[in-house]
Amino acid sequence: MFWGRTSTFVQKMKNYRKTDEGTNELQCHPCAPSDIISTVEFNHTGELLATGDKGGRVVIFQREPESKNEPYNQGEYNVYSTFQSHEPEFDYLKSLEIEEKINKIKWLPQQNAAHSLLSTNDKTIKLWKITERDKRPEGYNLKDEEGKLKDLSTVTSLQVPVLKPMDLMVEVTPRRIFANGHTYHVNSISVNSDCETYMSADDLRINLWHLAITDRSFNIVDIKPANMEDLTEVITASEFHPHHCNLFVYSSSKGSLRLCDMRASALCDKHSKLYEEPEDPSNRSFFSEIISSVSDVKFSHSGRYMLTRDYLTVKVWDLNMETKPVETYQVHDYLRSKLCSLYENDCIFDKFECAWNGSDSVIMTGAYNNFFRMFDRNTKRDVTLEASRESSKPRAILKPRRVCVGGKRRKDDISVDSLDFTKKILHTAWHPTENIIAIAATNNLYIFQDKVNSEMH
Amino acid sequence: MGEEEGLHQTPFLDTMFVRGLKRKCFDGEEDIEGTLAGIKAIPSYNLQRQSLLDMSLVKLQLCHMLVEPNLCRSVLIANTVRQIQEEMTQDGTWQMINTQSTGQASLDRLVSTDILCRSSRDHQAEGKHGPAYGTFNKDFESDQAQDNSETMSTASAVQTPRNLQSNVWEMESPQENKGNFQKSLDQIFETLENKSPNTVEDLFSEVDNSYYDLDTMLTGMMSNTKMGHCDSLETFPSPTNTASNSNCKSDLNDLDHIVEILVES
Repeated sequence: MFWGRTSTFVQKMKNYRKTDEGTNELQCHPCAPSDIISTVEFNHTGELLATGDKGGRVVIFQREPESKNEPYNQGEYNVYSTFQSHEPEFDYLKSLEIEEKINKIKWLPQQNAAHSLLSTNDKTIKLWKITERDKRPEGYNLKDEEGKLKDLSTVTSLQVPVLKPMDLMVEVTPRRIFANGHTYHVNSISVNSDCETYMSADDLRINLWHLAITDRSFNIVDIKPANMEDLTEVITASEFHPHHCNLFVYSSSKGSLRLCDMRASALCDKHSKLYEEPEDPSNRSFFSEIISSVSDVKFSHSGRYMLTRDYLTVKVWDLNMETKPVETYQVHDYLRSKLCSLYENDCIFDKFECAWNGSDSVIMTGAYNNFFRMFDRNTKRDVTLEASRESSKPRAILKPRRVCVGGKRRKDDISVDSLDFTKKILHTAWHPTENIIAIAATNNLYIFQDKVNSEMH
Repeated sequence: MGEEEGLHQTPFLDTMFVRGLKRKCFDGEEDIEGTLAGIKAIPSYNLQRQSLLDMSLVKLQLCHMLVEPNLCRSVLIANTVRQIQEEMTQDGTWQMINTQSTGQASLDRLVSTDILCRSSRDHQAEGKHGPAYGTFNKDFESDQAQDNSETMSTASAVQTPRNLQSNVWEMESPQENKGNFQKSLDQIFETLENKSPNTVEDLFSEVDNSYYDLDTMLTGMMSNTKMGHCDSLETFPSPTNTASNSNCKSDLNDLDHIVEILVES
């Protein structure tokens, strides 16, 4: 596969509102911490791409329809809408701030002309409806063009208002606010395949909501110990099965996965299946538990497999086999000898996400130094690519990167000690059907497209 | 950047831990001689482990944020600390330290690791939205506590990434730190749980106690508590050590003074 860049967006949220109306030019601004992208998600058709950032804003990109005139320009993503989803809050009872950072965005399946998505910060989930308006009625009888009431004496005849085209306006409105459901920080949301319910998971509990009901939710998992002194494990991620509306999985900080069936009982504390790989005694260290903590779990599109990311590896699990993963891929094993330093600077706690491609044949995850990795499950080949403005010009092909661990060093190799650990790619997303990927690198969003093979294999 | 620095400054720790070494039998004499003989040699496993323990405790203490700390991270660090404690108990290091204590042998004695954590969180030195019930006194206390705990934490954090030699000061951690983090770990989570006092009085009573304990903990940290395997290490010439000691001692005087005021008020 040859990955070329189609567009780069630098998060300059404030300036999106200040664009020059005539030229639509963005003004350059130094990166603010609130511009850091915290989540990326394609919708179900891939036409829209949503990003959330640390400042509580959501930016939605839309793919331009392909035109025959400019075949090289086809499929570029441009800004479609920007809105402020969450604001910072203050919990007076605990004397703590509640961050406005968007932790997750999930699109609802489209059921009418409008698009809907769920966005969440640490405490509150919101349902947003995105609608387009490209026509407006003109020719009212009682009101004039500005909306002021007409002097009735001037009205001599009746007319039927007609719809006239207008510039496209995208309106975003909050339709539901699901508040007060979580004591701890929400790390995941997942829409059920029944399209009526969704779940939200925090460190210790998982709640089931109905999309139309905001004042009630059902607690379906609770791992909070009676005595908080006994707390040794937290929930790190969770997701509904893509086809079976009764099944969901959640991962823990101890590296285990639990598959739960909501038909079995109301409170799914007892798992139906527990997926856990026994520890490798030769690799044991004080950091073994930390690096085994699962930072992300994703079902394959087929529903047959699960993908998990822990600090050094990505693993593919077969739902039918609980004893060990069917595939394990090393993301950056050269860090294994650096764990103490990474513990000291807190990098060992970084939560990387992972993604499947549409046909479940390739998996992708991020790493440090703005590198991201792809593993082909069929050919067993892997590649390391870099997302950066310096190295890739528009439509340039990305060239594979290599990290050398001492020994022979080829030209263009990066040594482990020169890796930039502040440049981490935590959030990545893959288009549902095509070979297009979205990579969030701090405050930059990169969109890459496979030039040779646009369709999935 | 901090991250890059960190990666380069603890090469010894990395090489030690990656090997997944079995615990060596604790033998203070041998370790000290070994270290004396080769300053440039890789420090002993016990030193490494101790350093990791101290680092972890500092991490748990650095909780004076305005936002609730990451529970997952806290749990993972706490589990690491427990792991070290268990291993130290098994190989006898733990017992050694306990018998050398200044009269408090119980592992369950209350320590302030978590209280420090809690008290730091209770205060917003520069909070934009100060609590409605904040008074001038409380703000004053907040600032002092924040400054003092920051001084302590910064001092500790600065020591940690440097060459292990200069961790001598770190090594003189108090009995309190070692003997009670088990309980304090538990209390950290209890703290996270019980973060909503029912009455304003409860909140204030927590604050008062914490200052007492803050003082106790810091006093313990400052004093040169003799630890079994650290005795000879104290004699190492270590300029950084002396400097930080004097800094801390002056801090301690200030702290004493402040605590006097608070306790009397």
